[in-house]
Amino acid sequence: MRQSRREFLRTGSAAIAAAALGGIGGCASMPDKGPRVVVVGGGFAGATAAKYVRKWSDGKVAVTLVERGSTFVSCPLSNLVLGGSRQIADLTVAYDGLDKWGVRRATDEAMAIDPAARTVRLSGGTTLPYDRLILAPGVDFMWDAIPALASRDAQEKILHAWKAGAQTVALRRQLEAMPDGGVFVMHIPKAPYRCPPGPYERACQVAFYFSTQKKKSKVIILDANDDVVSKKGLFTAAWNGRYKGYVEYRPNSGLVDVDVAARSAKLDFDSVKGDVLNIIPPQHAGGIARALGMANANGRFCQVDFLSFESTAQRNIHVVGDATQNAQLMPKSGHMANQHAKVCAAAVVALLTGGEVNQTPVIANTCYSYIDDKEVVHVASVHRYDAEKKTMSVVTGSGGLSPGPSVQEALYADAWAKNIWADMLT
Amino acid sequence: MNHPLLRALAGLALLVAADGAGAADANIGRDVAANCATCHGTDGKSRGVVPSLAGQDKAYIVQQVKDFRDGKRPSTIMQQLAKGYTDAEIDAAAAHFAAQKPN
Repeated sequence: MRQSRREFLRTGSAAIAAAALGGIGGCASMPDKGPRVVVVGGGFAGATAAKYVRKWSDGKVAVTLVERGSTFVSCPLSNLVLGGSRQIADLTVAYDGLDKWGVRRATDEAMAIDPAARTVRLSGGTTLPYDRLILAPGVDFMWDAIPALASRDAQEKILHAWKAGAQTVALRRQLEAMPDGGVFVMHIPKAPYRCPPGPYERACQVAFYFSTQKKKSKVIILDANDDVVSKKGLFTAAWNGRYKGYVEYRPNSGLVDVDVAARSAKLDFDSVKGDVLNIIPPQHAGGIARALGMANANGRFCQVDFLSFESTAQRNIHVVGDATQNAQLMPKSGHMANQHAKVCAAAVVALLTGGEVNQTPVIANTCYSYIDDKEVVHVASVHRYDAEKKTMSVVTGSGGLSPGPSVQEALYADAWAKNIWADMLT
Repeated sequence: MNHPLLRALAGLALLVAADGAGAADANIGRDVAANCATCHGTDGKSRGVVPSLAGQDKAYIVQQVKDFRDGKRPSTIMQQLAKGYTDAEIDAAAAHFAAQKPN
């Protein structure tokens, strides 16, 4: 009952109390112009939120999506560009599919929020008013943790490729240019980071490339974590099986800094030099969501009310996707972001049109990982709102892993990508 | 939940919800079906090898999901996901899909 109680206290509105009691639709005090939502960020979370607020309000709520990029590029499947079985164009989708939903698009960057005036200022000078603001900025990299990578120049030499696009293509080029017999060294930050299985899938994809094209080459995984964070049995089986001799895994490898010229990762006690060095930096919520005290989980991520994804620090501002603080076993994934966005969209529509916020949201996660170009594994889970603990908890007995890699799951992974991209962007 | 009036309101709302008349309840089928959209397509209209659910018979969908859940129909992932939902949610989502135009 948290949301409706809070709303009741906030507004003292008899109409809303009545709606909570009897399911009376509509709100007498709805302004002529209609309520306005601004969504910042056009990734898995933001694009889905923009579409679904329009869809579920039957067009009654105006939505503006602020996204600085001109096209969407999917992080899921982007490791396949490194492995060589997909091109970046295969993972790129235009935003104009949202036009038919009546989503207004601003190709711009959100710079500052005025929570009292309920406005967002964009870098182009526009100021957008909102009744509710949905922030989906994803993650920013914590470059302070890696001093030698502070400059743009250094970041273009030692690549992260952890936001899909130009960096992904550039890392593939580095791998292609690497002579056979070379070493690909990658570093994984301590969890939480975006896409828990992603780094290990990347190791598989690079090993796949080496095993087919550069048989004398090798992958070294330097992991700041003390063990494989996700799908451990499935990934280690691949490294000890089809990629035997190609992959070396080193846990507890905390990164101190890098030597850009030497392409070397400096660890606590030694340094590891690569012919290609790939550093996935530690991450925190995107800048706009760290403002106004919203990054209230260790100063890195945003705590939210899981009934609506409203920030626990700011009223009328919702945070979805990777910028949020995870609940139990909720990964930072594109799939999860899609599901956050739908719970948020349903709640925002209810709050703005006099409906009742769902008190029992349930969401799911599915992460497919490609072991090579043809075989895939998954991890899945279902999460339900726990009213006692006021958080999302994994439903006991739900979820699980693949027994092993299969061609069938590669077909499902392909269908997942097509459907989730369409679900958010068309 | 300290104020007596709020407690009373909450209790009443729960009674109404249990009766199936709550406003949010009306959306449960829509909301649960939206979880399935990532693999089965928006409103069950799939673009890949995963089957479309739009316009399928409601009783058939319910039976298949329960068969996955109970291990009677083999699957890679559906057995794991189906265990996360209540019978009422499966029923409501199936009704939502059945009411969609097939693609």
